[in-house]
Amino acid sequence: MIVAKRKPIEEIIEEAQAYEKILLVGCNECVTVCEAGGKKEVAVLASALRMHFMNQGKDVKIDEITLERQCDHEYLEELRNQIDQYDVVISLACGVGVQFMAEKYMSMPVLPGVDTCFMGVTEERGVWSERCQGCGSCMLAKTGGICPVSRCAKRLFNGPCGGSTEGHCEIDKNVICGWQLIVDRLTKLDRLSDYEILLPIKDWSTERAGGPRKVVREDVMQ
Amino acid sequence: MRLQYPSNVKIIKLPCTGKVDLIHLLRSFEKGADGVCVVGCMEGACQYTSGNIRARKRVEEAQRILDSIKIGGERVQMFNLSSSEAPQFVKVISELTEKLKEMGPNPIKTAMKRAA
Repeated sequence: MIVAKRKPIEEIIEEAQAYEKILLVGCNECVTVCEAGGKKEVAVLASALRMHFMNQGKDVKIDEITLERQCDHEYLEELRNQIDQYDVVISLACGVGVQFMAEKYMSMPVLPGVDTCFMGVTEERGVWSERCQGCGSCMLAKTGGICPVSRCAKRLFNGPCGGSTEGHCEIDKNVICGWQLIVDRLTKLDRLSDYEILLPIKDWSTERAGGPRKVVREDVMQ
Repeated sequence: MRLQYPSNVKIIKLPCTGKVDLIHLLRSFEKGADGVCVVGCMEGACQYTSGNIRARKRVEEAQRILDSIKIGGERVQMFNLSSSEAPQFVKVISELTEKLKEMGPNPIKTAMKRAA
């Protein structure tokens, strides 16, 4: 899932200060799971904003809605008949949802309600960590299912650097060395011999460095 | 034991403080409460293992939010008491009531009256 974290309320207040009719829009997908932008977080932010503006003596209308997703046309269309009642939207979806909302409703200011962080997993409730950087050409088959692009700080492809100490990365002793994980996993799979195979230089043109990307599948296009 | 506690305190019973959500705490202030006191079982004695620990974290989060919107995080407090500690309950609730009197009314309540 896409992992996001809540923005500081002070930052949201600063951006929303100039508006009088605010619609808070949550998303029922990834940001609900990572507890940053789902229905509950929308309710908490709405409550805090209402109290802030009341305390300031301002009469600000704040409504809440949570869509199934904000990265698909059909769900964003649900706002079509009501969005004109507001002068700003605060979207608690990931950056994808915020941008798609802004694209769809061109004349409506759309503010982000969360900071989008990475694609990751729920390690335990309240702890999320990165697993994928969407490089566009997955090499997990060769590395025992552990990604050197996202798990190695230097994105090394053929073993750890000299900064790997007792299985931990030199950037932070709490970060496990990605290559330690790969070697451990290959050992478990009885495929440690794969470690000897040199991985070729990666074609980074499929990664973000090649500019904004697009996936087109003509067989499912309408 | 018929102990008196401040008459302005409204008690809401819950099966466990683990039921208390962040939004419940915030809505109390939005509706004009001057303060909220969450009273849970002693730490380590939760019948649902960790309801009171979770409640404390939520209270702390509510304090951060109330501070950030200048309502005052001190208006919400959590105490751990066992059911046999009625005198201690009266003590903490009376002390919080006094503290809230010193802090003055919830600014939201004042704002609502002004707007009405």
